[in-house]
Amino acid sequence: MIFVEDKNLVVPGDVLADDEYHTGRGTFKEGNKICSSLVGLVAVRDKKISVIPLQSKYIPKRGDVVIGEITDIRFSMWNLDINSPYSGFLPASDVFGKEKRDLSKAFDVGDVLFLRVVDVDEVKKVKLGLKGRGLGKFRGGILIYITPTKVPRLIGKKGSMINMIKDETKCDIIVGQNGVVWVKGKPEMERIAERVINMIEDQAHTSGLTDRVRNMLYELLGKEIEDEEEVPEPDIEEG
Amino acid sequence: MAVIRCRYNMAPFSVGERKRPGPDRRSVEISKITADALRPAVFLEKFPRSTIDVFIEILEAEGGTRCAGITAASVALADAGIPMRDLVVSCAAGKAGGNVILDLSEDEDKDGEADLPVAIMPRTSEITLLQMDGHLTPDEFDRALDLAVEGCKKINETQKEAIRNRYGDDNG
Amino acid sequence: MVMTMVSIVPEITRRSITELIRKGERADGRSPDDYRDIELEVGIIEKAEGSARVKMGNTQIMIGIKPQIGEPFADTPNVGVLMTNSELLPMASPTFEPGPPDERSVELARVTDRCLREGKVIDLEKLCIIEGEKVWMIFLDLHVLDYDGNLMDAAVLGSVAAILNTKIPTAKVENDKIVIDEENFMELPIKETPLMCTFAKIGGELVIDPSLDEENIMDARISIGMREDGSICAMQKGGEMPFTNEEIIKAIGITSQKTGELRKHLK
Repeated sequence: MIFVEDKNLVVPGDVLADDEYHTGRGTFKEGNKICSSLVGLVAVRDKKISVIPLQSKYIPKRGDVVIGEITDIRFSMWNLDINSPYSGFLPASDVFGKEKRDLSKAFDVGDVLFLRVVDVDEVKKVKLGLKGRGLGKFRGGILIYITPTKVPRLIGKKGSMINMIKDETKCDIIVGQNGVVWVKGKPEMERIAERVINMIEDQAHTSGLTDRVRNMLYELLGKEIEDEEEVPEPDIEEG
Repeated sequence: MAVIRCRYNMAPFSVGERKRPGPDRRSVEISKITADALRPAVFLEKFPRSTIDVFIEILEAEGGTRCAGITAASVALADAGIPMRDLVVSCAAGKAGGNVILDLSEDEDKDGEADLPVAIMPRTSEITLLQMDGHLTPDEFDRALDLAVEGCKKINETQKEAIRNRYGDDNG
Repeated sequence: MVMTMVSIVPEITRRSITELIRKGERADGRSPDDYRDIELEVGIIEKAEGSARVKMGNTQIMIGIKPQIGEPFADTPNVGVLMTNSELLPMASPTFEPGPPDERSVELARVTDRCLREGKVIDLEKLCIIEGEKVWMIFLDLHVLDYDGNLMDAAVLGSVAAILNTKIPTAKVENDKIVIDEENFMELPIKETPLMCTFAKIGGELVIDPSLDEENIMDARISIGMREDGSICAMQKGGEMPFTNEEIIKAIGITSQKTGELRKHLK
């Protein structure tokens, strides 16, 4: 038995299904019932039931790429705020190897970096690293903060959403899994990208978002909306 | 395990006679029982080594502020995306003028015979807060508790509505 | 949550805000002399004799007024007392901690108090009940619910609105005893409606009504309280860097225009 439909909005404690179903993320089992633990939208895939949260805090996972800000320099590491209940650290050895050097010469407090989560231990100590393509310190640009669960929506299927924003605004955009987004382009284009990204965050749970984002971009850029975007739904379903 | 800390605070202008700012014995106790009432609902193990701060500000008091605080705090926890077994909802029953009644107003509480604030997790009806102040027979207590639980279940609908309204009702 | 008393602003954010301001623009699309959207409601706390809630952008303050009968100060035996107090609630910002008021809270209360007192909002002499013995004490509490910059302008605007909204019981002297008449209320005796404008200096330019991001990177801050006739009743300079004479004169000029616009919210 299932008591909800796909995409229903549920709250913690709502009973979703009985034990013919399996628990996915955002759910838990109690006796023979599957319940939601979050405010979110139901996702049913075969016999697995999940709840996609509408708000969340970023919980670091090994392998994620994140955007972090240096908050403190210690003897042999930098501490970083990664927009999470947990701070991260970048060991000096990751940057200097075995050499002993002044850490603040490389990165100073206030610098913003694109990093990889190298390891998360059982008490959520988060080790960060810079080895990998495109990782390192940002120069210029602006930062936008969104709810981490909305990152997939911002990126879109195979990057369709984020690529559309990049193409239209001619901005470089990097999205951290932790909900921090870096945008660099012409200042007025950075502001347009910021407005669009904030709109996606607000409306991430609604359908038809890609079209609205395209229309908003065109409007902000002063472009004509092409007629072919507005093809009316055919009355008869084509067989 | 995460730690839940709570601070219940009354604005100086929230009561008839101006309240001096800062904690007093009453607000410290209410802070404690509020944290105790919320804790069983939260999956604390999901956030090891972290603290969840709950701040409750009473802007105007007219009876039942601890219950209103708990009810709103659990909605705020859910809204923050913190995983929970259930919402926590709170309501008081009591006895005034010889009758067992629900949700005592300030005046009813002052002149009444008993006050019984209760908080539950509504799906299972498990009780996470229970205080009693006054005088009740076991039978009256029974009736008051039932009434409070019934009240909680009604307020739980309002909690859910508040969350739904935040995201528009096109997904309800 | 990482608790830091002072928020560290990312270097690139500092730079992008500064560069925009140098070009006469701001990150939220305002011009240098624009306030954010202002919302002002009065009379929302039944238990308070006067109240207001003010929102400036996302900054939000609840203001409540409670009267009490007390003794006048010895040097002003026939004058009522206005007491301004503020609480920076921890829910308003991760940099606000529970506990006794810190220096930011005390500064906010004192600057607001100075602007109201020297701006002669209330005719305090009319709040004397028995000279040298009993006067009305008006307690004004600023309850800061959400902090997104520029608490001072919001606090003064909300306080004046709350004072205009206040009705206190009447007190009479009968046989040397004070009798409070809870049936008949009187409005507070109002003389003036001073208001305050705050400017942040960033990249050598002045911007009014700084947001939190702007406050976090500003070099200096100047707040100017002004009565309706354009006279100045309170000032407060903050921040680590100095101002020039010309900058302050310019800020006063803008204040006389902007307090006029802010005053429309009191109507």
